[in-house]
Amino acid sequence: MHLGVSESMRECEYSQISTRSSTPMETPYKKRTPKKRKWESFPGRNKFYCNGRIMMAKQTGVFYLTLVLILATCGLFFTFDCPFLALQLTPVIPVIGGVLFLFVLGTLLRTSFSDPGVLPRATPDEAADLERQIDVANGGTGYRPPPRTKEVEINGQTVKLKYCFTCKIFRPPRASHCSLCDNCVERFDHHCPWVGNCVGRRNYRFFYMFILSLSFLTIFIFAFVITHIILRSHRSGFLTALKESPVVVCFFSVWSIVGLSGFHTYLISSNQTTNEDIKGSWSSKRGKDNYNPYSYGNIFTNCCAALCGPLPPSLIDRRGFIQSDAPQLAPPTNGITMYGATQSQQSHMCDQDQCIQSTKFVLQAPVILTASTENGGILAGRTALSLGGPCTSLPLGQPTPPTSTPSLSCHEDPMAHHHFLTPEEVPSPPGMLPCGSPMGHSHTVQAGFYNPASQDSLHEDSVRGLVKLSSV
Amino acid sequence: MAETHSLQELQTPPASSKIFIQRDYGSGTICRFHTKLPSELESRVDKQQFEETMQTLNNLYAEAEKLGGRSYLEGCLACLTAYTVFLCLETHYEKVLKKISRYIKDQNEKIYAPRGILFTDPIERGLRVVEVTIFEDRSIGSGR
Repeated sequence: MHLGVSESMRECEYSQISTRSSTPMETPYKKRTPKKRKWESFPGRNKFYCNGRIMMAKQTGVFYLTLVLILATCGLFFTFDCPFLALQLTPVIPVIGGVLFLFVLGTLLRTSFSDPGVLPRATPDEAADLERQIDVANGGTGYRPPPRTKEVEINGQTVKLKYCFTCKIFRPPRASHCSLCDNCVERFDHHCPWVGNCVGRRNYRFFYMFILSLSFLTIFIFAFVITHIILRSHRSGFLTALKESPVVVCFFSVWSIVGLSGFHTYLISSNQTTNEDIKGSWSSKRGKDNYNPYSYGNIFTNCCAALCGPLPPSLIDRRGFIQSDAPQLAPPTNGITMYGATQSQQSHMCDQDQCIQSTKFVLQAPVILTASTENGGILAGRTALSLGGPCTSLPLGQPTPPTSTPSLSCHEDPMAHHHFLTPEEVPSPPGMLPCGSPMGHSHTVQAGFYNPASQDSLHEDSVRGLVKLSSV
Repeated sequence: MAETHSLQELQTPPASSKIFIQRDYGSGTICRFHTKLPSELESRVDKQQFEETMQTLNNLYAEAEKLGGRSYLEGCLACLTAYTVFLCLETHYEKVLKKISRYIKDQNEKIYAPRGILFTDPIERGLRVVEVTIFEDRSIGSGR
């Protein structure tokens, strides 16, 4: 038994984790792995640039098209029309054009590069807590019930809060999950491919200013291009003048941009999102008493709130460093979550981690048996937690667990526990098993545990052996 | 038997459990948390004290999100400078968040830590929940 354990220890370089070091938190593994920033393990489908400062959607092709169109149109205008107009009319025209152009670019880049108001996904502890509450509410049937909703009354209207299975949270009112970016976004308006990002609470005003200023710019360019053509046609003829002007692009874009601006002006004045408008959430057609509970009552306040209200900071700390939390044990939770999560964690665990965990399991087996009184699935999670706390706390509950963090955090806990578990203590654990309730659970416990953690029959036998010894 | 128990306690890591105080959306999308004392804390914390802490937090968040002269001025200034002003200045919201961090730290040090409770700043949980960690000091050994 011991031989098997020490062999696995050697294979996994377990001896490198030294009990001799005075500070348990400093492990060789931690020093070797460079500190990563949180954006590098962000679970959504976003792209990050400039070390996390810039955040965009995955598909950015159309955004570049937008940029090209704006730059090309303005470029042509400044090259061909402005010299003529500056001389013939006034030099103020290119200046205004320039200011508008810079404003458009600024707001476009601000819209595209900023965090739209992404809600960070629930931590495993939170998710587990929610699951437990939901289970209690459903009478603990244990199977996943139909879509979970919570009803809340806001300003007299009953609003349903939906549970997001991806982010494992109850979405706040007006939030929605963007399937393209795979994030829940606060006050979700829509996903705009033209700006290459979602439009939500944090960048809606930039988006609105962008389309508004772009409308002015296109109208401005269109108007002065027509003026230029008219002035030139007095001299050389209409068709020649037309050839020399970038009027076609402007013509088509004016109507769509102006139309969009008008639509969003309506949305802002009634304090609705595109999402709500399309679904007709607050439409009077739904019912006589149906009204928008978020509206402030008058157009002016609604506009001010949307455009000049306080700008909330980003909730996802993109540039923060991933901290390996101090080992904290989450309470035993719903078997479904933990079991499934342990499975996914399993697939991400390196062999080293498995060795460490299975080794520690053998040494801690009686402790585990006493610690948990719930079913095997929970035990699996609990054991994994008690053995390598932070290891499981991060990947659990997330569909795309950060693969970097388990290696960071897993190795802290063995250090912490190794103080207790010296080889001399191993023979004594069998005596530790208190008689009473845990014994009754021991069979299910064993059966439950082995599925995810280890198929090594040697370990199974060793535990059985320990259990038998304790019953004497 | 006594020896067994002490060994067991030595081997049991210091336990902590977490409870989550959820957001209260009754007043709309503004940031507010439920102020009711959770049952798990009833034995450890005075109800009045807890409610006071939560209410102060709620008031601070309301202050951050308040629509008033100051926020409008800030918004207009930002718009005029094409939103570049925030590259140098801190927004009002950020200032209040720092105030909240200090308040929570202060409350933890003075009131809750001596009772084995730790409040986590909600901003670290995306303003979704107030995470309260309850430490149960069971180990008598050298701990970690």
